[in-house]
Amino acid sequence: MDLARDIALGALGVVAVVTGALVFRVDSMARATYLLAASFVAVGASVVLLHLDYVGVVVVLMMLMEMAVMGVYMVMFMGMNPALMPMSMVHSGRRAVIAAVTCFVLLAVGILLVPWPTRTEVPTSALPSSSEATTYALGDALMGDHMLVMMVVSQVMLATIVAGIVIAQARGRYERLGDDLKGGSR
Amino acid sequence: MAEAAVVQVAAPWVLLAAVLLGALALAGSSLDGALAARAAGRPAGTGAGRPLTEVARLMRQRRRTTVAADRLLWRLATSSFVVAALLMVAVVPLGRWTLADASVGVVWFNAVDVLVWVLVWLAGWGPNAMHSLVGGYRFLAQAMAYELPLMFALTAPAVAAGSLRVGDVAAAQSAESGSGLPFVVWMPVAFVVYCIGVLAFSVRGPLSPAAGPALAGGVLGETSGLDRLLLLAGRSALLAAGAAFAVPLFLGGGSGPLLPDWAWVLVKTAALLAVLVVVRRRLPDVRPDRFLALGWTVLLPAALLQLLVVAVVVVGRS
Repeated sequence: MDLARDIALGALGVVAVVTGALVFRVDSMARATYLLAASFVAVGASVVLLHLDYVGVVVVLMMLMEMAVMGVYMVMFMGMNPALMPMSMVHSGRRAVIAAVTCFVLLAVGILLVPWPTRTEVPTSALPSSSEATTYALGDALMGDHMLVMMVVSQVMLATIVAGIVIAQARGRYERLGDDLKGGSR
Repeated sequence: MAEAAVVQVAAPWVLLAAVLLGALALAGSSLDGALAARAAGRPAGTGAGRPLTEVARLMRQRRRTTVAADRLLWRLATSSFVVAALLMVAVVPLGRWTLADASVGVVWFNAVDVLVWVLVWLAGWGPNAMHSLVGGYRFLAQAMAYELPLMFALTAPAVAAGSLRVGDVAAAQSAESGSGLPFVVWMPVAFVVYCIGVLAFSVRGPLSPAAGPALAGGVLGETSGLDRLLLLAGRSALLAAGAAFAVPLFLGGGSGPLLPDWAWVLVKTAALLAVLVVVRRRLPDVRPDRFLALGWTVLLPAALLQLLVVAVVVVGRS
């Protein structure tokens, strides 16, 4: 069972890396965007395999949503006129390669040098399944006593974003009220 | 939570799930066809058989294509609507049995309904045609309006049941292990918001800016043959899957008198599906920008208030 899981984990890792790399090989913004989405879905699936069901499924949910919206912006802004035509997904080749290789080496060295703790015990709680207990333990470790603060802050942030967009839009709040701001005809 | 509320069945049973989902989707389409025929002054029977004749016609139709179409993404999108619907019903318990007793079934459903965004946009992008692409964009604009209220509507039953497992949510409404009160009774707002979300993600009117006649078919405009068949079947299946998921979430799951629990799930699903099909025909089409205002100023606050009520009740009860 553990072997099957390890193999699946490895396969998902390969899928994530290959689809991620293909992002830079295709010539269509739609394909690049959704290859990136596929890469993230593979990452989400591997998180599920690590007994973090909730986090994994949320990663898939958020990334699909994000890539669907990002695709719109990419097509709008990234191309010449806009990116409805085939286009290259790379620029500044030499510098980009150097930056990518440097990052990769740094991260890989980090991964190899960090003294990773081994799992000594499976988290237990009143929750029914081990994946729920693991998710709970992770949330507790990350947030601890700050959970309430984070939840309140997230509401404030969302409200700020929405309000910011409403205020920033030239034709957001008032256009539907007409020139006299009394509603009625546009 | 002493024992599992549902039993996970072996993978081959997915075939039965597919057959049931297909039958429900066909029944929904037939009802829709019958209503359309009656509205046009023809006998309802001619319309009820329309989906089957349409299947036969589309299976024989030669595939049309467009210049510089992105075939890979197009085919992938049109053929995946059915898969998305099947992924949704995979977590819906049919009485005591379920295909996937996922500990986060509610979130799973949510993730798959976001997958529909991707599929609609890709179905619009694929043919390299203007009306299709505009349809894809309009769907995303509309999604901004329905998705957040839908998420909070899904959250309400989960909060009340204290679990994201669909079987637990259903069990919390049964007389033996829970309150015996279907969630729809004390979460009517969440239920209505959920149903609006289902109507929206099944890409049909009144929330069908992506594929309506106003856009010369939109994402449907350039599809033909098998692709079109799969897309049409997929959106009927999505509506059926949405109705099926409402049963454990809001309608008390398999609980009911006389009939066995699996039969109740099917009966409730069919009833809700019929209501959705009938209601859909009676509402006017809504433009995405108008729907955005409705979504953010009415549906979202309403869903949040509903969630607040549920949360207060849960805290008060414990």
